[in-house]
Amino acid sequence: MSDNRSFWQRLKGWIDGDEVIIDADKYISTRERKEIAPGEKRVSVEHVRSNNPTLYRVLCVGITLCFIVVMLMVVMDLPMFGDPGSPTNNEVAARYLESGIEETGAINFVAGMILDYRAFDTFGESNVLFMAVVAVLMLLQRDKKNISAVEDKEMAEDEVFDGQDSKIILKKGAKCLAPIVILYGIYVVLNGHLSPGGGFSGGSIIGAGLILYAAANGHKKMQTFFTVKTLTITSVCCLLTYCGCKSYSFFTGANHVGWEVPKGTPGDILSSGFILPLNICVGLVVACTMYGFYALFTKGEI
Amino acid sequence: MSHLLTNYYEAASVILFGIGFMNLFLQNNLIKKFIGLNIMDTAVYLFLAAKGYVFGRVAPILTNGIIDADYYINPIPAGLVLTGIVVSVSITSFSLALVLRLYKHYGSLNMDEILRMMREEEGE
Amino acid sequence: MSDFSITIQMILVVFLIVSAIGVSVTKNLFMAVIVFMGYSSIMAIVWLFLEAPDLAITEAAVGAGVDTVIFFLTLKKVHALKGTREG
Repeated sequence: MSDNRSFWQRLKGWIDGDEVIIDADKYISTRERKEIAPGEKRVSVEHVRSNNPTLYRVLCVGITLCFIVVMLMVVMDLPMFGDPGSPTNNEVAARYLESGIEETGAINFVAGMILDYRAFDTFGESNVLFMAVVAVLMLLQRDKKNISAVEDKEMAEDEVFDGQDSKIILKKGAKCLAPIVILYGIYVVLNGHLSPGGGFSGGSIIGAGLILYAAANGHKKMQTFFTVKTLTITSVCCLLTYCGCKSYSFFTGANHVGWEVPKGTPGDILSSGFILPLNICVGLVVACTMYGFYALFTKGEI
Repeated sequence: MSHLLTNYYEAASVILFGIGFMNLFLQNNLIKKFIGLNIMDTAVYLFLAAKGYVFGRVAPILTNGIIDADYYINPIPAGLVLTGIVVSVSITSFSLALVLRLYKHYGSLNMDEILRMMREEEGE
Repeated sequence: MSDFSITIQMILVVFLIVSAIGVSVTKNLFMAVIVFMGYSSIMAIVWLFLEAPDLAITEAAVGAGVDTVIFFLTLKKVHALKGTREG
């Protein structure tokens, strides 16, 4: 690892991929340790933690208490709770509340805010969810390298336990409850611009319903309609739809000059431009993510 | 002191943040550490939502056809926190997946033991 | 806002702090996750008092539902639950 190249050369090399350490384990084992001179005294957190646990504890509690006291003094100087004249309630919030309905067409101001004024931010958050489920898939999927005999035995035991008719209450309860929970989630998603809720809330409710169904009926039955292919295709389609819906403002000029999506009558289910399709996209992504986490944590596959 | 009693939500959120922070420092168990991280998350959300509240106003959903900024509370903190709650779940799942991989390799959840074993492996 | 409502909110906030301390103090991981679930449920009620129904719905579904389930699945995989394997 020579470091005498210029920054630009190193950046170029990093992009071309020649700085990637291929035998990382070998490199770490042959790496030279920094020698500590005998006279030099090193005080690190690690050192204090292992040699003097009591001092470490006292220091931690002291630092945290100092932090709490300082922050409480800051709280004392904050504007009063519930004060209408506090600087938080500035002209931005007033603008969202006063012209939100005619500009976005959504009755729920929060939905109008996160899916119209700040839709780009929400797009990023949906991508974070998809990336999280992909990362968990990489970490927990049971493939050739991530497999052990003990776990296989436990899985087989669990399968036998699932096969027995021992969870009659759970099965009957899930049969009654899961459709209602999922239906309520769909209602919350579709009415995101008319009532409290929206893509994030409704998606997590649908995900909870799917988890309930999967817990009662086992993984096999779930796989008849929800596999890893379903998850990736649904998520990617939803994210691409979101991207396409919001990029129209780039094609039509920054302020939608010339052409605008019809807003409809505020209060109707088919109103408020793109907020309804965007809510559905976000809801599907969140639901897939929630169920994906559950499936990966139980079985190691979706 | 009376100011703290009026601003009780902010004061509570600061104290909750401190408790979560202390969990991160003092717990040796990785799962407890991540519960502490979640408490810190919710403390920040509580602070944000408390800043947006105004006495005597209603939730930011059109009621009775009134379009007036002085009738509704501030919608911005709600929008910020809404996305934050869902993202915090994905962060929790990701960190727990990392914990599971650590457990599979080292057979322990105790951070001191894991660090010790790591050092032994590296020293060989 | 009446005094009664403020009293209830203060009690809820005290509950929040007590359950956060409970999570930190308890040695049992199962108890810690259960108390954390209660913490999330109280938080959902607090959102309602702060006039944020969107947050209440999300917190109830996420904090008390999905989050707890994922914590429990992790506890099961690391054999920290009594009554499963070598608990």
